[in-house]
Amino acid sequence: MEHALAPGHGAVAAHPTSTGLDHRKLLMWTFLGSDCLFFGSLIMTYMIYRGKSVTGPHPHEIFNIPYTSVSAFVLLMSSLTMVLALAAIQRGDQRGLRVWLLATALLGSVFVGGQYFEFTTFVQHGLTPQVNLFGTTFYTLTGFHGAHVTVGIIILLSLFLTSLLGRLPPSESLTVEIAGLYWHFVDVVWIVIFTLVYLLP
Amino acid sequence: MAEQHGAEHTPRAVSAVVPREHPHPGAATYVKVALVLAVLTAIEVSVVYMETVRPALTPTLLVLSASKFALVALFYMHLKFDSRLFSSLFVAGLLLAGVITIAMLVPAISAM
Repeated sequence: MEHALAPGHGAVAAHPTSTGLDHRKLLMWTFLGSDCLFFGSLIMTYMIYRGKSVTGPHPHEIFNIPYTSVSAFVLLMSSLTMVLALAAIQRGDQRGLRVWLLATALLGSVFVGGQYFEFTTFVQHGLTPQVNLFGTTFYTLTGFHGAHVTVGIIILLSLFLTSLLGRLPPSESLTVEIAGLYWHFVDVVWIVIFTLVYLLP
Repeated sequence: MAEQHGAEHTPRAVSAVVPREHPHPGAATYVKVALVLAVLTAIEVSVVYMETVRPALTPTLLVLSASKFALVALFYMHLKFDSRLFSSLFVAGLLLAGVITIAMLVPAISAM
């Protein structure tokens, strides 16, 4: 089946709300709207102090674009596995749900592992958070993003365990959708960071 | 409290005020979107190394990045299919972030 019923429908039908929409989903979107401001501030700070470091190392001396591109691609594909997990639970495929949830958590772990490797390499090249403005703003921005991804992995693994215990039936697909919204948000934030921080000349 | 307040409205009255959600796409659509995202990422990385694109590199990268952002938000986050209230909340956050960015960047650029 190409189209699946939006899971918000069932919840709304069972518990009418003042907006006609599920409050949990509304809460997540409100949080994501506020998180836009959070990351917007961090990205803006990075952009304002861009090229203002008095001492090195500078971005062009240490960035490894091919390496970060693979990392960005991994996170992008984790968004696909996340929506496939949602599609699986919506059609009642519990095995598919677990496989795609685990795949998403694995891809997220690869991304965080890659970021850890990148950070340690940068530190070996002399870029620490206190060495210059680039180091301070770069580690703050990418570090907070990495923390968001880590929280997302914990949420995904919690869902995986909940499913294993048989407590995630198709009627609870909205829970997976809300977790997915968070996961896709960290993906779109990285899309912006990847372009503005790594690719822009 | 909101639940109780909402219970006072009939479903017909609620649906007249709030746009209803539409069915979400299936796995086939998600895979097609992923393919487009992969191609856009490949183009994005390739243009960085192309000398011919260098004069227009910044706008090219920004357009490609915005396209990827929009695809994920519209299809994977279902903003294309869900209530516009969700879109409004997200866009409001993005707009506020944009306004603050411009407000901070303009003095910084002027001081250069």
